[in-house]
Amino acid sequence: MMLSGWGRHPRMECTVSRPRDLREILTAAQNKRVIARGNGRAYGDSALNPAGTIDMRGFSRILAFDQESGRVVAESGVLLADIIATFLPRGWFPAVTPGTKFVTIGGMIAADVHGKNHHKHGSFASFLDWMDVLCADGEVRRASRDENAELFHWTTGGMGLTGIILRAGFRLTPVETGWIRQRTVPARDLSAAMTVFEAEQAATYSVAWIDCLSTGRSTGRSLVMLGEHALAAELAPRQKSDPFAGKRRAGRRIPFDFPGFVLGPLTVKAFNTLYYHKGAWGAGEKLVDFDSYFYPLDAILEWNRIYGRRGFGQFQCVIPLAAAKAGLEALLAAIAKAGQGSFLAVLKRMGPQQSCFSFPMEGYTLALDFPVRRDTARLFAELERIAIDHGGRFYLAKDSFLTADRLRAADPRTPSFGTMRRQSRSIERFCSAQSERLDI
Amino acid sequence: MTGKTVLVLGARSDIAMAAAHCFAAAGYAVQLAARNAGSLADDVSDITIRYRVPVSLHEVDALAVESHAAFVDALPVLPDVAICAIGYMGDQAENERSVERTVAVLRSNFEGPASLFTILANRFADRGSGTLVGVSSVAGIRGRATNYVYGSAKAGFTAFLSGLRNRLAKQGVHVVTVLPGFVDTRMTAGMDLPAKLTAQPEEVGRAILAAVTKGRDVIYVRSIWRLIMLIIRHIPEAIFKRMKI
Repeated sequence: MMLSGWGRHPRMECTVSRPRDLREILTAAQNKRVIARGNGRAYGDSALNPAGTIDMRGFSRILAFDQESGRVVAESGVLLADIIATFLPRGWFPAVTPGTKFVTIGGMIAADVHGKNHHKHGSFASFLDWMDVLCADGEVRRASRDENAELFHWTTGGMGLTGIILRAGFRLTPVETGWIRQRTVPARDLSAAMTVFEAEQAATYSVAWIDCLSTGRSTGRSLVMLGEHALAAELAPRQKSDPFAGKRRAGRRIPFDFPGFVLGPLTVKAFNTLYYHKGAWGAGEKLVDFDSYFYPLDAILEWNRIYGRRGFGQFQCVIPLAAAKAGLEALLAAIAKAGQGSFLAVLKRMGPQQSCFSFPMEGYTLALDFPVRRDTARLFAELERIAIDHGGRFYLAKDSFLTADRLRAADPRTPSFGTMRRQSRSIERFCSAQSERLDI
Repeated sequence: MTGKTVLVLGARSDIAMAAAHCFAAAGYAVQLAARNAGSLADDVSDITIRYRVPVSLHEVDALAVESHAAFVDALPVLPDVAICAIGYMGDQAENERSVERTVAVLRSNFEGPASLFTILANRFADRGSGTLVGVSSVAGIRGRATNYVYGSAKAGFTAFLSGLRNRLAKQGVHVVTVLPGFVDTRMTAGMDLPAKLTAQPEEVGRAILAAVTKGRDVIYVRSIWRLIMLIIRHIPEAIFKRMKI
């Protein structure tokens, strides 16, 4: 069937199987190289393989839960949305969550996702106790920090290329409510935004919406949004009746593919100006439900259709702390010059991270979408070059434009990833369109 | 918790499991019955953890009709709702060649379910309450060359359900006939089904719960199927027999 990632670019005709048990996976993976796919939220071609894409959503059972410690055991196809729906009413929330809850546990491990608390709590791997991985030799191995530790560390952030993640044990974080105390701090330019991030390192959550099209003195103007889990005592009567913010809000759906002009530079510029001033006007503290705080776009189902039929790509890099300001300035200048920034641009301070191949490192990450056009590949190449010049690297879960050369220039860990792939022979059993493109 | 119990027969099927989740979410205790029931232990954990309702496993073989009374007797409580999602399509081409295959399909889809529902219907009637939900098929509305063996067994089951409903209507027992069109399940895996006509198992599960709650008689999960089957029913046989559908 025709398949793509969330960005709807590229699209490929893939042979898809949807196994329910180990035996069915082994049958589907016989005599060919395959890639596991979760809920298809990676933007590019991470979970596409024309020869064999294995849809893991049939592995959707929650196997164990300990109310005292918040430890969960779940199959890899369980959605984060189901984890939240099940455990938030019992006072437990994901310790790390990406910007959508429509991801699977397996996908979260493979991309080693980070959230708005990365500066403080690290990536998802920090809360992962163990996982069972179907390896190249057909054996299922339990991998943890103590057992098959190499496999554990390469699989977190390994983009599904070490094997197929079957189930995992991970920890949730205790919360008193499903509400977030959000504080919005307007920052008139990039330096001001970075100053806020540096000053607010103690905040549990921090993220900034950044205006990628403003130029001159207001280059990089941002709204920094800080968040804390609200305590039960902090809720107003209106929220007290719904302490875990569980009331169903119906999702809106984008009914059709928007034509290209809707996201032209003028409309985005106008939107950004309005959004900034509205945010600056309403700056200060308020209580928002967890869905609005963590997953604002999930409320608009199929929001990827606003970029039109040709789809979009997301550029996300992280620039190390020392070079962050210069790197971000150069990136913003190139984006403004191209006049193509989208209104969904995000800036975030990341904390230190130990990992074999995961994306995060201490510094600043910038993420924004570009609708796919004729010159998009050239724009990505330019942005990638700027990031590389400043010591940056790229988030493979978002990528669809990187090349093998640029990956190696950006990430000195790439050769050891390749060595691991050859030694474990996983390279003979697992590959994606992305791993082929990047030659990893 | 409602204090009510649902029995799901043929629990391994996707529709059955989806229905079990929907009823558990509504507070029903769940009895999962299937062949080789022990292999559903992970599903027991899943439903128990998600919905915090009691879940139990029960061994049943649809074809072993002589064992059905004992199976019902052994249930810890007589359920309030019993859903039969036992079904087996086989391969039409094989069914045509082999009487044995044909009989296996007829027995799995008609004899077995009818036997289980006969026993449950009588118990429900004695108690004066309960709902029986039979998952039949639109394939039973008119026999087609491509799956008439399965279709005819489902036709038998559909007629059985409507007769049962008629018989029990005044005895406090309700019977729901479910005629899902295409459903995206393991049984249809690999078939090229049109997306707009194909329901997800969860949709079927929700539709069953709603039908039980509202006391509906015959449900199609996606309403377009009511129209499609209306048309198919009215094509004159002289034309129908030459059609490729």
